[in-house]
Amino acid sequence: MTTLQGSATGEYEVKLGRLSSLTGKPTHYCAGCEHGTLTRLIGSAIEELGAREKTILVESVGCSVLAHEYINTDAVSAPHGRAPAIMSGIKRVRPDLLVFSVQGDGDAVSIGLSELIYSAIRGEPITVFLVNNAIYGMTGGQMAPTTPGGMVTTTTPKGRNCRETGGPLDASKLLAGLEGPSYVKRVFLPVAPTSLPDLYSARGPLEGAKSVLNAFKVQMMGGFSFVEFISTCSINWKMSILESKRYASETLAKIYPPGLYVDKMGVERK
Amino acid sequence: MKGEREFMKGNEALALGALKAGMNAYFAYPITPSSEVPETLAKEFGSPKYPEFKSFLQASSELEAISMVIGAACTGAKVMTATSGPGFSLKQEGISYGAAMEIPFLVADINRAGPGLGNLGPEQTDYFQATKGGGHGGYRNIVLAPNSVQEMASFPALGFSLAFKHRCPVVILADAFLGQLKEDIVFPTISTERFETPWATTGAKGEERHVLESLHLDFVDQSNYAEHLIEKYEDIDATEQKSESYMASDAEVVLIAFGVVSRLCKRAVNGLRAKGVKAGLFRPVTLSPFPSGELKSLVDKGVKKFVVVELNAGQMILDVRLAVEGKSTVDFIHRVGGLLPASSDIVRRVEMISR
Repeated sequence: MTTLQGSATGEYEVKLGRLSSLTGKPTHYCAGCEHGTLTRLIGSAIEELGAREKTILVESVGCSVLAHEYINTDAVSAPHGRAPAIMSGIKRVRPDLLVFSVQGDGDAVSIGLSELIYSAIRGEPITVFLVNNAIYGMTGGQMAPTTPGGMVTTTTPKGRNCRETGGPLDASKLLAGLEGPSYVKRVFLPVAPTSLPDLYSARGPLEGAKSVLNAFKVQMMGGFSFVEFISTCSINWKMSILESKRYASETLAKIYPPGLYVDKMGVERK
Repeated sequence: MKGEREFMKGNEALALGALKAGMNAYFAYPITPSSEVPETLAKEFGSPKYPEFKSFLQASSELEAISMVIGAACTGAKVMTATSGPGFSLKQEGISYGAAMEIPFLVADINRAGPGLGNLGPEQTDYFQATKGGGHGGYRNIVLAPNSVQEMASFPALGFSLAFKHRCPVVILADAFLGQLKEDIVFPTISTERFETPWATTGAKGEERHVLESLHLDFVDQSNYAEHLIEKYEDIDATEQKSESYMASDAEVVLIAFGVVSRLCKRAVNGLRAKGVKAGLFRPVTLSPFPSGELKSLVDKGVKKFVVVELNAGQMILDVRLAVEGKSTVDFIHRVGGLLPASSDIVRRVEMISR
């Protein structure tokens, strides 16, 4: 097995090649989409923790609804938005298991906002990964709660008018304002353009790898963990893949600043 | 039956009956007239009497509650929730997913008057919603209809065993009257049977893993899966029909009623017999599968008149008519709004009909 390491100290690490935690099946995710990246990071973390045989993936409704095709653990599918409630139910009777969801912005913070907030308030020992690409991907590019003002979507053809629809929702800030969560972090996941032409930074995926691992560790210590991944959706943004990476770093990362919002257990210091 | 006589409400009996059946978890949202169920369980949570009772949690909504039920049930745990009309509507989402994912759990609906908020009195207006699926997509629940506090105590065990046997949600459909009624009961010897759950998601061991899902994007896959569910419902229909008859063997007119109304009808049958009318009673215990086989045998015995009595505008009567196949007349008496018909009213109406 090979690994991809980041930083001089080798602090960030992603396991490459075949893993028992991944099925090895090619994903259906679009080219350039961060869902595929996150799948690898999750597989890598499960492998590192040796947790495959006690992990339950809870699938949301959205692009990650087929995640069990790629993540090789037991899996349960949730009704739209209800993954945190399903995970709460599992953990209440089987605290020994490791559970996580991969949810889109529509799933986690529109139709499922209530379930997310209440599981966070209770501090359920569960892990929510939010893929925030500012749009409804699977249904074909409608406005999401995280869509920036002015963005053209199929349901905001003249651009999102925040005076009518309200403004974009900052999920990490919202959860960080609660007492319950132990770990809240926002990560810029895409590879990012640099000042040099044709040179892209992989810092995002490597930071993501560390965050996935830490989120699982927090759950194993009994805490609620949440990581929001700023991601792209070039198909529905109607951009090239490279344009979408630029848009994510120049626009989305300004609205949704990456950072460590809550780390009660100090996992990032270790 | 062994045990001491106890005096309690139907809702309390339902809660304790579930505990004595070895329930592991209960998740619900408070709603009148079902609130004594979570209140009773909250008191018992942590008691050494019920070591299997691992989780009691008041959810933030009916939607959250039924999803918690699904999550815990996926691990093979015995889980129940209870609600009433407006909450039962919200729970349909999770019941549809539970049916699709083929996971066993219990949902009690203490039927209040409706639609909308209605009131807190008894009705049987959720019959369609409970027996015909209720949520989206084609599925059916097993539906049990207790008619006494005694049965409120014993049906959770029956419900769990049917749910695990057939891997499907089971609904206990009681009405507000049964939930609030206080009666003498004796707890039956309760089984804390553990069911085999080789399908449960408790962590993949080696190559083998379990995926409980409801998505079948390929049309042929979805078709095969839907046919599998249909076969299962046919099997349930063939094996699980349950009913009770009272003085029906020589009856010329047979009342048909479930739940609390069957008690009133039993009294009406006695009244009619005293007046020389050869009346009897047929009481479905399972509303789904509807006991049409046993009802047909009454038709075959020559019963010419049936009178359906319901606390709704006519819901079970459709299943009765399907079973009777036009071979006998089917009349209808109803009361709605949270009111019960008096036995004497039923007697008067049946006398008129049978004249």
